Order: sequence, then structure tokens, then C-alpha cells
Amino acid sequence: MQMTGADLIVKLLERQGTSTIAGVPGGAALPMYDALSKSETIHHVLCRHEQGAGFIAQGMARVSGRPEVCLASSGPGATNLVTAIADAKLDSIPIIALTGQVPLSMIGTDAFQEVDTYGMTIPITKHNFLVRSAKDLLEVIPAAFRIAMSDRPGPVLVDVPKDVQNQMVSFEAYPDVVVPDAAPTFDIAAVEEAAKMIEAAERPVLYLGGGVIHSGAAAMAVTLAEQASLPTTMTLMALGAMPMDHPLAIGMLGMHGARYTNYVLEEADLLICVGARFDDRAIGKTAEFCPNAKIIHIDIDRSELHKVKDAHVAIAGDVGQVLSELLPRVKPQLRKRWLSHVESLKGRFPLAMPGIEDPRSPYGLIHAVANCLDDSAIITSDVGQHQMWVAQAYPFRRARQWLNSGGLGTMGFGFPAAIGAALAAPDRTVVCFSGDGSLKMNIQEMATAAQENVNVKIILMNNQSLGLVHQQQNLFYGKRIMASRYERPTDFLKIAEGFGMRAVDLDPSPNPRATLAEALHTPGPCLIHATIDPNEFVYPMVPPGAANSEMIG
Amino acid sequence: MSEQNAKPLSEFIPDVPETTGFNKVVLELGVANHPGVMSHICNLFARRAFNVEGILCMPVGSGDTSRIWLLVFEDQRLEKMIRQVEKLEDVRYVERHAGDHPVFGRLDEFFQ
Repeated sequence: MQMTGADLIVKLLERQGTSTIAGVPGGAALPMYDALSKSETIHHVLCRHEQGAGFIAQGMARVSGRPEVCLASSGPGATNLVTAIADAKLDSIPIIALTGQVPLSMIGTDAFQEVDTYGMTIPITKHNFLVRSAKDLLEVIPAAFRIAMSDRPGPVLVDVPKDVQNQMVSFEAYPDVVVPDAAPTFDIAAVEEAAKMIEAAERPVLYLGGGVIHSGAAAMAVTLAEQASLPTTMTLMALGAMPMDHPLAIGMLGMHGARYTNYVLEEADLLICVGARFDDRAIGKTAEFCPNAKIIHIDIDRSELHKVKDAHVAIAGDVGQVLSELLPRVKPQLRKRWLSHVESLKGRFPLAMPGIEDPRSPYGLIHAVANCLDDSAIITSDVGQHQMWVAQAYPFRRARQWLNSGGLGTMGFGFPAAIGAALAAPDRTVVCFSGDGSLKMNIQEMATAAQENVNVKIILMNNQSLGLVHQQQNLFYGKRIMASRYERPTDFLKIAEGFGMRAVDLDPSPNPRATLAEALHTPGPCLIHATIDPNEFVYPMVPPGAANSEMIG
Repeated sequence: MSEQNAKPLSEFIPDVPETTGFNKVVLELGVANHPGVMSHICNLFARRAFNVEGILCMPVGSGDTSRIWLLVFEDQRLEKMIRQVEKLEDVRYVERHAGDHPVFGRLDEFFQ
């Protein structure tokens, strides 16, 4: 067979099962776009900014669990992708970023729209490639998919100079479609040791992270909790792994976790950490996190073991595979004393959700949205107060129901990720909770949402401020409010309509619940606007750098 | 190479974390041989302000792979560092040797 590098890229993507690509064209990517014009199976979503394309690919990948592709040109196209790639790295999301590059002979000459994409993306990708010959694509493209989805998933960038895209390549046969590498083998003796520790523990807590979702192990984690009577906390990335209303669920831990959750962890004598990485926002001051607990740490990434906290038993393996070995070794137990103590802590220090009956308050609005939807809906969020309120209060009940930027904390994530989620799961309703600060950071993708007519509803909690910054300035910087209030209001309804999206305002509505339900149940993209009080704060809160037991509010 | 210092490195070189000790360790890395591989490895050390005292790199065999020798100071973070290096796609193996491994010793005369 003989074809250009660009045609080969598109063929290899098709063979790998890619059906949607989000991107923005430009000079150095034009051969790839020309090749895409000939594809009958790939739908290209034209984004309004490359960062939007990166987050749309992420949204698709977070829903499908498989690598999804975004595409950009050289120079500013590539630099605009960087935030979305870094975000995927920190949350272990498999995306493939394809970038055009200036021709090989011009690399290093400060050519027009030249930037060292390869060098720039080394620290924010799982792996990256600069393709110097079209025939290398036969190896590089399958390798990019294999790397993105094997072990701990992550983003892979493939930078392709324009002349390599145009270069003719002859080959005998297409490379095989790649599947993930086999997960690392692990020591069964360590699993047996872990089972013994669980049996011997009096006050064990199960601590689930995003790895449980990536591994598809949520059901097994719930079985483990039930079998051994383990109160179970989830990180921001793991919400939904165990239904929030499960009797053993003790909610999210950390900076904005409920008081009782952090108190239960404080008393634990054994912490079973599954697919989590002891992030600072989850554990607070390291030395004071679970001070009396032995630690079992299960993670596919060996470099996470003993990184922040030394584990007594550390198992490097796929959490699903490890749990399937652990389950038959763990004796069923009913820990009446411990569970009733957890229950009493929950009764004494519950998560306070003031205003939950009022749909014009943050918690009330979140509950009103949840009441209109079933578990099939996908919920995304941007970053800030609204994200924490949703994490605390939304009744998540399944894995991959909740998509948010956990590690990088990128404002502007939620809306394009919701578009990606809707593209990957067109039958589902996708709701993006956002704030007025975050939404503005990728607001141009309203045009993309309107063009694709995706079933995405934005719930805009508008407090005309950067709420979490405003909150921290109030609490920790002597109420000196600096650059966190927007002096001029923005008419988001007009903006949405200007982009061709429907817009609904809950503020003037005499019956906001009914207005909300109608908007959520009408197919197609819609902005649902609600003003909230800028002096509503997220509580409880662990001050940055403090121990989790030192919550305020 | 310079004689081993009696005090932690952090007292002599600004911006070196206090975790840095003064015993040397030699790391041997087998890596894929292509133009970006040094960049991947050096970035990892630089980001963590992990001082690399010496680097040697040459292709081996047919040239598909290279061997990198790194001379580093013992550091509380070294084990974590090695696990991070092992995670790199281009790194085939990492071996740890004593600081007096002869690979760097014979280079002294070029650094007088």
C-alpha cells in the first residue's frame, strides 16, 4: 500500500476505533485535515479554541474509558492544547493529542508558528513523540493508543511535521489494532497479608480513588466494603464508585469533606487505599492524616506507593485484579461497634446543607437538579465553589457519572468536557454545573455545542465573583477582597443566545423548580442561569496546610 | 571527580533541597535511543531540583538503545526518583551502583 503520512494517520485512527475527533485546523495541520475530509467514519467536531478541543476529547474519554483524540495545528494551536493535556495527566485520562508542526527542515529556525511542542509537553504527557518519518507512524500511532490506555492511563502527544504528513509511505500491511498491555503481576503473599490486616483491624476505613473508576472496579470495591463492613470514603475523583446513599458510604474526604468523614479517618486503625494517591487536598497535613492507622495501598502505578505516606502493605497492580484476589480471602465480618460509632459521628457531625429546600440557594439548586434526573445523567463541573457543593451534595450513584478536573483544577473544564460527554453518550442528559468565573474561560464552545446540538445543560451559579478566591480572601486574608469580584455584570443569557443556544433564567421565574425541569427535559443545549449569593461559602473547610481535623465552619 | 564533601550539598549550592546528602550513587539506565530521551530524563531530575553531578550517554549494540550513566548524590528521595525514572516509556531498566563505580572515575583527567 502507498499513501501519505496524513492519510496513514487517519486510517490508523479509524482502525483503532476513533469515531469523533475534536480539533481546530491551521497551516501545519492542513494535510491531516485534507485526509480527514476523505474519512467516512470519523466525525470532526470543529471547536472554537484548542483548549475546548482538548477538554472535549477528555469528556469523551472520561465517559467511554478509551483513548479519544484531539487535533491542533503548530505553535499557538499546540500551546492552547497544553492546559487540557496537563489536566489529563493529573487525572490519568487517556487522550491522544495530535499536533501539526513546521516542516522538519525548518524546526529550530523560529519558523512561523513554530514552538517546541515536544519539549514543552514532556512533563505534562505520559509520553510524547516527534515523528521524523512517515513510516514511523506505523509504530507511533498504535503505540500512542497502547501507552495512553495501558497501566495508569494518561495523555500522549504526537507532533507531526507538515512534510512528514505529506511524505509518501509504502508498506505491506497495517499494524495490528492495539489493546492495553497486561497489567503488572503482583505478589499474592501481599494480598494475603492485606486480608489478614483487614480481618484483624478494629476500625478500618476504605479509601477509594479515581483508579477504581479507571479500572472498572467500582462494583468490586463496594463488595469488599460490604463483606468486611468497611466505612468507605471517596476522593473527588472517585465519587460515584459507591452510591452516596449506600449505608457504608461516608462521603468525600479532605478539604471540603464533611466533619464526620474526617473524624472517622482520624480514628481509623487501618486505611485501605485503593487507586488513590494521598493528594494534599484529600489528606491535609500529611503527618496528621490517619495518625493511628496502618496503611494498605493498592495502585497500578508503583511510583505512587510510599510516595506521600509509607504503606505497611503496598501492592502494585490493577486495582480490579488485586480486589478480585483479595475478596475471596477477606472473611465476612459485621463490625457492629465500629459501624455504630461511625453512625454516631455522622449523626453528631453531619454535612450541613443549609437552604437545601430553597432552589435559589446553592445546595437547594443542586438538589432540585438531581430531583429532575435519574442516575443515567452525566454530571460535569467546572472548578470552584460550585464544584465543591456538587461534590458534597449530588447523589452520585455510579462510576463515570461525575466528571471534573480534580488534579489540575482547571476552570473552563466543565463545559467542553460536557460537550465531549454528550458526544460519547448521545442518549444521556449531560449537566454541567459551572460558575460565572469558570464558564467564561471556555464560553466560546457554546458555538460548538449549538453546532453539534448536544444535549448539554449548563447550570450557571452566578455570584459575579471568583467565589473560592473570594471565600479564601474573606477567611484567611483579613477580608481584603482583591480581584475576586467582577464589577460589571455579564449578560450570560444574551451571550448564550448570541451563540445560538437556548437560555433560561431561574431568577425571575415564579416557580424555579418547574422552569428548571422544563429546561432539563427539553433536548438540546441550554444555559440555565441562577443568581446565588456571593457570601455563601463552602463549609466545612480545612485551611490550606492544616490538618483535616482543623476544619472551620 | 571532586572529593566527597563533609557537609550536605545544600550548604554549598543554593537551591539544593536539604534532603540531599553527600554520598554519591551511580545509576545505570538502559533507554531507547532517540533524540528526545535525554530531555525526558533530565527534565525529571531538574523539576525536582535533584542534583545530577555527571552524565554519560552512548549508544549500545546496533544503536536502537543507549546506556546512560548518572552520578547523583544520595538523597532521601532517591528511591522515589528511581521509580519515577522507571516509569518513563523510553527507560528499559535502571540499576543502582555504588558511587565509586569506575565509569566516572576515569574521566577525572578531562575535568582538571
